Amino acid sequence: MQLELSAEDAAFREEMRTFFTTKIPQEIRDKVAERRELTKDDIVTSQRILNEHGLAVPNWPVEWGGQDWSPLRRHIWHEEMQRACVPLPLAFNASMVGPVIAQFGSQELKERFLPKTANLDIWWSQGFSEPDAGSDLASLRTTAVLDGDEFVVNGQKTWTTLGQHGDWIFNLVRTDPEAKKQRGISFLLIDMTSPGVTVRPIELIDGGHEVNEVWFEDVRVPQDNLVGELNAGWDYAKFLLGNERVGVAPVGATKRVLAQAKEYAGDQLQDPLTAARFAELENELLALELTALRVVAHSADGKPHPASSVLKLKGTELQQAVSELVVDLAGPASLASGAGDDDSDLPGWARRATPVYLNLRKASIYGGSNEIQRQIIAKTILGL
Amino acid sequence: MDFTYDDEQQALREAVRGLVGKAYADFETRRRTVAEDPGFDEGLWQRLAEMGVLGLPFHEEDGGSGAGPVEVAIVAEEMGRVLAPEPFLTSVVLAGGLVAAAGFADQRAEVLGALSGGESVLAFAHAEPGTRWTDDATSVTATNSGDTWTLSGTKEPVPHGARADLLVVSAALPDGGTGLFLVDPTADGVTRNGYATHDGGRAARVVLDDAAGVPLGDGGDATATIATVLDIGRVMACNEAIGAMEFQLRGTTEYLKSRKQFGVTLNTFQALNFRAAEMYVSLEMAKSLTTWATMVLDAGKPDQMAVAASRAAVGVSRAGRHIGQEAIQLHGGIAMTAEYSIGSYTSHLTALDHLLGDGDHHLRVLAASVGDHEEFDPLS
Ligand SMILES: Cc1cc2nc3c(=O)[nH]c(=O)nc-3n(C[C@H](O)[C@H](O)[C@H](O)COP(=O)(O)OP(=O)(O)OC[C@H]3O[C@@H](n4cnc5c(N)ncnc54)[C@H](O)[C@@H]3O)c2cc1C
Repeated sequence: MQLELSAEDAAFREEMRTFFTTKIPQEIRDKVAERRELTKDDIVTSQRILNEHGLAVPNWPVEWGGQDWSPLRRHIWHEEMQRACVPLPLAFNASMVGPVIAQFGSQELKERFLPKTANLDIWWSQGFSEPDAGSDLASLRTTAVLDGDEFVVNGQKTWTTLGQHGDWIFNLVRTDPEAKKQRGISFLLIDMTSPGVTVRPIELIDGGHEVNEVWFEDVRVPQDNLVGELNAGWDYAKFLLGNERVGVAPVGATKRVLAQAKEYAGDQLQDPLTAARFAELENELLALELTALRVVAHSADGKPHPASSVLKLKGTELQQAVSELVVDLAGPASLASGAGDDDSDLPGWARRATPVYLNLRKASIYGGSNEIQRQIIAKTILGL
Repeated sequence: MDFTYDDEQQALREAVRGLVGKAYADFETRRRTVAEDPGFDEGLWQRLAEMGVLGLPFHEEDGGSGAGPVEVAIVAEEMGRVLAPEPFLTSVVLAGGLVAAAGFADQRAEVLGALSGGESVLAFAHAEPGTRWTDDATSVTATNSGDTWTLSGTKEPVPHGARADLLVVSAALPDGGTGLFLVDPTADGVTRNGYATHDGGRAARVVLDDAAGVPLGDGGDATATIATVLDIGRVMACNEAIGAMEFQLRGTTEYLKSRKQFGVTLNTFQALNFRAAEMYVSLEMAKSLTTWATMVLDAGKPDQMAVAASRAAVGVSRAGRHIGQEAIQLHGGIAMTAEYSIGSYTSHLTALDHLLGDGDHHLRVLAASVGDHEEFDPLS
């Protein structure tokens, strides 16, 4: 039992802190701090700087640009990035398709895709969900039929986050309609500029264009773009969704917003009810952060700590609760969400409070909804 | 940063489990024990002394074994797991802790030696009717004439005050501040009325009427010492609660898997399983705070101990209510009976919550300083 970081880990933390606060452009970090929307360029610029210094994909195998770090160091890297308002490396690239290709792809696929994926030269989209396949993802119906040495893909994906920027999409497709539903799925990489791919925007309740529908009509995809074995895609998808123990909960970012909210609050912090709300949230976030530390400190021996399932559930709840607090601090000013900077005397944070709050309702829906998380806890931890 | 217990700590846990866990493996034994005064098993208390548990936190020269907060926490957690009624928390951690912190060397050797050896049960007489979890004393006053001190006023509730062989009493000093005094409870001017608490524990009203008191240490203002020892007690109470909550969650999941209604086991119903999952979340969050607060004590940073104790206390209070209430609800009627263990755990969690400051009390403390820092970093 020891509370402090070792001298080496403390030095590592300092090194990360210095890097993130000096090497990533201030204007990008300001946008994150003010919870303004990032452009594609912002995200690409930031990830390329990280990648240049070996800090974009530390979770990958070392030969493909990863770092041989302990889980604790990866946790520190991730937390400090959020603390410094650095946009996180694009999850679709860095935590999803990259690790899958590195683990299951052929040497040819690795060489072709991994360096560009790490550097965000390719922007990946995630083509998993379909209109009728949400939590029950394995019921997906988009088909891929082999015709010569090409697959012909037909169907519809939806909820495709930032698909409007996507160069490539990693799709789960049905390749064996006869097999039990999990066993007939394959993991296919598709060039989004291929003929027959159509991307249509979906407007969300915050007014933003963050997700899309993606349609596939007789899209021809070279057989070489199949990752791993045919009909083994479900295993790769499970690997993708389940292998990450670091960064499951948005601890650092939520802590940062809560700290900023104290500034927004100003005199409202004198109100005992408001102060109690801050104190309660801060304490729950501390418990979450400590739980995350317990998980990373424990996964050193390979096995993930059972408490990791708590992180997604509680982490998203707290992220949402803090965004709700910010709306309440804004009060009537929160109504002015449609005003531009020149039209309003009200502070930007107050005008953005409600769109952010509405947007973050997504956090407990995607990536395995919080009901699915409860189901996992009940089944795999409590044996119910 | 390391959350694992070393081999010696594991061995201590096994040993305490082997003794206390085994003694109360059958809940009926606990029921019988708390039904009669003094409300705990004197024989088991002796065996805890022989094992070195009662002297765990005290220096070797004071008759103890010089172990740290992590070891004390392990004992507390194991006591909580079986709802052991022996007064480890109130007698050893609190009353003993005060003697260790404030007493002169000869007082420490005598009092803590007897406590560690199982010859003497200590009680800390601090709460006064009308007060709520303060560090100081107000209505019990100390008066001196020359070198002799007398105390007057009422202390209540005093945990295990009727059984105690020696009282550590806080009292308002003539020139301000709060002093600590050793009081022989059989001496003139001390009247004790003992009773059972709702969770099978024991407490007493202790009325002092010009009762003789011996200053602990130099007899000066001990408010800061009391505050620190209470904080240590809070963290240990949290550890005890963690043991109790773990038992309740396990008991609840076992019950859901075995109890049948409508021809199926209860875990067929997702509405119940999800509530059990939420109990697990509460438990893990509370455990993280408690383990961390224990490590803050261990690191010996006095300026951080009070904050850590309040933070753990808020988390454990919330979790204890959630888990304690849901454990009963998910069991249905059986948990309302005194014979079945689950409901008694809720009673004890409620007692622990109100012994040294409940969740709202500590939230108020934290809220008062929430604007003083930008963010809270547990690693620095
Ligand atoms: C903003 C946003 C971005 C997204 N981005 C992407 C993306 O880039 N790529 C992608 O592939 N997908 C993406 N998703 C899709 C996301 O993964 C799904 O929304 C998610 O899997 C839930 O599916 P659903 O929306 O169809 O809800 P449903 O599965 O229909 O669920 C409806 C409700 O029922 C509950 N429920 C479902 N099953 C159970 C059960 N067994 N027990 C108890 N309760 C249950 C759910 O928790 C939910 O409350 C995104 C979603 C959102 C909102």
